[in-house]
Amino acid sequence: MIYNYYPGCTLSTKAKLLDLYAKRSGEVLGFELKELVDWQCCGAVYPQADDEIATKLSSVRSLAAAAAIDGKLVTLCSACHHVLKRVNDDMANNSEMRDKVNAYLELDTPYAGETQVIHYLELLRDQVGFDKIAEKVVKPLSGRKIGAYYGCMLLRPAGVMQFDDPENPTILEDFLQALGASPISFDMRNECCGGYMAIKEKGIAQGMVSEILASARNKGVEELITACPLCNYNMDVNAASSEHLPVHYFTELLAEALGVKEEEEN
Amino acid sequence: MQVNEKEQAAEIVRRSGTDISKCMQCGKCTAACPAGYKMDIQPHRVVWELINEHVDVLQKAVTPWKCLSCFACAERCPRGVSPAALIESVRLSIIRQQGENCITVEEIPAYIDEKMPQQAIVAAFRKYNK
Ligand code: SF4
Ligand code: SF4
Repeated sequence: MIYNYYPGCTLSTKAKLLDLYAKRSGEVLGFELKELVDWQCCGAVYPQADDEIATKLSSVRSLAAAAAIDGKLVTLCSACHHVLKRVNDDMANNSEMRDKVNAYLELDTPYAGETQVIHYLELLRDQVGFDKIAEKVVKPLSGRKIGAYYGCMLLRPAGVMQFDDPENPTILEDFLQALGASPISFDMRNECCGGYMAIKEKGIAQGMVSEILASARNKGVEELITACPLCNYNMDVNAASSEHLPVHYFTELLAEALGVKEEEEN
Repeated sequence: MQVNEKEQAAEIVRRSGTDISKCMQCGKCTAACPAGYKMDIQPHRVVWELINEHVDVLQKAVTPWKCLSCFACAERCPRGVSPAALIESVRLSIIRQQGENCITVEEIPAYIDEKMPQQAIVAAFRKYNK
């Protein structure tokens, strides 16, 4: 099975491991991620205002390109997923926005939100199946006390994202269980890491990270996984050295359990 | 074109796409807000100020610059109001004015380190500049 894949601005540069191990694991699980030709950066944050049109165009171009192939678009970065999914929802349900965008883009076929935006985790859960993944595990992550940090972008607003229960998400714990780990749910797993504040207001990000890490440590978490390059960065760089925990992309652990992560890459 | 505060409040609310008349000032949004302790006007008070058609006080506040767009407030509001969208709309009313961009390319190197993901820089430009 071949899926159209939207890598986004960060996955071929600062978050290479997130991308590399998603693709390599896909080979083991029987699917291929094929980079969408001419994708454009989604802009990293969803423009919330109704009169923001130009800032949504790049997402629509990518969504429409996927519609012209097979109507599916796989994302991996939480922020890309958030932006593409919400813009897609606007195109499906906000007729004023849809008309303005289509009038501007003049696509061969007007776009109305037809593409299904699928996060890699949803692909694993719904298309491959966590049970099937468990069967392919050759190096179970037994005994590892791993906490899944969700952050905001995958979960909220739940009405649009439809990813998981926004207050009590379990998809990442279910995923970890399939890999043979002992996932530990911690209270602040769906709180914000501080996001883009890391640029100009580092103190805010440091405060958030400290609370999240304290919550994880209190439950006995020894390492964290994330799906977002910015969450990963904040958890790593904006953690106090006394509170720091190792943080991995979820795809790194997937590749490790499937036996396709080289030793020297650990 | 000069618009008065009342008209400006109406425009801020309109483009946010949220219905402030549903707000019951319960404060759940503020309880949920992880950045509230850095704000001078808390999320539920942002809604209150807009209900009362006050814009100047919001534009002068630090609140628009502290909001993370984490959507915890909107997710937990029992009435489907989105303080996040209102704060974003106030922020747009500021940065869309000439000369009000808040970040320049020149200052970026001072803020970043080698691990900083591009995503953060792209996001900051979208948040701080028109
Ligand atoms: S916006 Fe919602 S959560 Fe906040 S005070 Fe109003 S009703 Fe309560
Ligand atoms: S979106 Fe902004 S106002 Fe709402 S909870 Fe997050 S930081 Fe607070």
